[in-house]
Amino acid sequence: MAPTGQRRSSYSRKAQYSLFTGYIAAGVGALVGAVLLGLSLWQPGFLSGARGTANDAATPVTQPVAAARTESKGFIDAVRGYYRAGSQNAALKREMELARIRLGEAAAVEQENRRLKALLGLQDAEAKPVAVARLVGASAASTRRFAYLGAGRADGVAVGMPVRSPRGVIGRILEVGNHSARVLLLTDPESVLPVRRAQDEVVAFAEGRGDGLIRIRLINLGINPLEPGDLFVTSGAGGYYQPGVAVAIATEITDDGALARIVSDPAAADYVSVLPIFEPEAVTGAGTPIERELGE
Amino acid sequence: MERLNPKSRSDAYGKRINRSHSTVVATVVPYVSILIASLVPVFFIASALPVVPPLGFLMLLAWRLVRPGLLPVWAGFPLGLFDDLFSGQPLGSAVLLWSVAMIVIELIETRFPWRSFAQDWFTAGLILLVYMPAAMLVSGGEPTLAALVALGPQLVLSILVFPLFARLVARLDQMRLTRWRTVG
Repeated sequence: MAPTGQRRSSYSRKAQYSLFTGYIAAGVGALVGAVLLGLSLWQPGFLSGARGTANDAATPVTQPVAAARTESKGFIDAVRGYYRAGSQNAALKREMELARIRLGEAAAVEQENRRLKALLGLQDAEAKPVAVARLVGASAASTRRFAYLGAGRADGVAVGMPVRSPRGVIGRILEVGNHSARVLLLTDPESVLPVRRAQDEVVAFAEGRGDGLIRIRLINLGINPLEPGDLFVTSGAGGYYQPGVAVAIATEITDDGALARIVSDPAAADYVSVLPIFEPEAVTGAGTPIERELGE
Repeated sequence: MERLNPKSRSDAYGKRINRSHSTVVATVVPYVSILIASLVPVFFIASALPVVPPLGFLMLLAWRLVRPGLLPVWAGFPLGLFDDLFSGQPLGSAVLLWSVAMIVIELIETRFPWRSFAQDWFTAGLILLVYMPAAMLVSGGEPTLAALVALGPQLVLSILVFPLFARLVARLDQMRLTRWRTVG
């Protein structure tokens, strides 16, 4: 369509001035944007209250959509389940028998574990989830990987708490509003998580790469002991996550570690639980400057 | 007496006698449609890649290019501010990029006042081609080559989906100018 005649400067002073003011306003808008952007890159928590309020306001819309999404997915899965039902059933039965045997062995190991811990005088309190909620949304258009959770400060959720699904780690709480929270997913390029290989003590960092894969970076360099198919679990270092929760499976070996896929896809999880910070003292300790002593 | 053509007293915007446009609808429709489009990507759970096109920005481009003269040059500021609240980008990223995009389109328009749709699509494509890597640069995450490659599918989808948005805007514009109000 042809532009309207608005832009043509006329003899009317008023038209000329309002056109000029529009340009000035646009320039000032861009400048203010640049300043805001600089501030929020410098201080990532800048104006997080506004975002929290905005997400709280959107919750009445996002919650029912999330509910509908999980339900429709369940229906699709149910329909899909009818294909290959016979062969799958046989395979599952075999797998089930093996799993039962393994479960029995695991129970024995757990029993022994408890006995040994009692001998040492250690006690591990089972972490009870702070809140159980749906993932109501995500930043699907941005290169950052955030998800929005349908629980917030009112439910006891606080910044730094780990979020997990029944399968494994999802991410960590980054910002909280009253009834919503923002979760930093494992695949975000800013996410770093201390992990270890499930079967031994090979420790590494799991970093998001920004393209859906996780980069496993070994802490001890040397001969790379990793193999495709290795499972990585949280090591508990850093104090945020409970140790021993599944994180990622290595798919490709690189020079300094591996590329891995996440175990727990947030898109597949219907409900997730927010756990308390594993060792709050360690987290405060890490955040305290070395010059200042930790109080009692 | 039977009229020969029952539509003889109406046009594309409805009946003409005794009807008038609604000022509120005519003003509000472009803004509300852009705000809703900004909100929509939130509903998709995307854990691995950014897959959904920046719908708010596409809607802004479509309104600006399909109906020039409707949105003021400074419209990028308030609309971008709203988009930043939900997009997951740091606050100020859309404010800056949308404002710059509006100014750039203004400059392009003074150079090429008469354009075909193909030219508009080309303009939108070029702007998206700059906008999306720029948004990645200012997203606060480390810009890696892998992330840039991962941006490809989203970029292609965004460019391909622009004509759809142009049609949608044309429809919305028709709705905007329908004579809703009964006079007298």
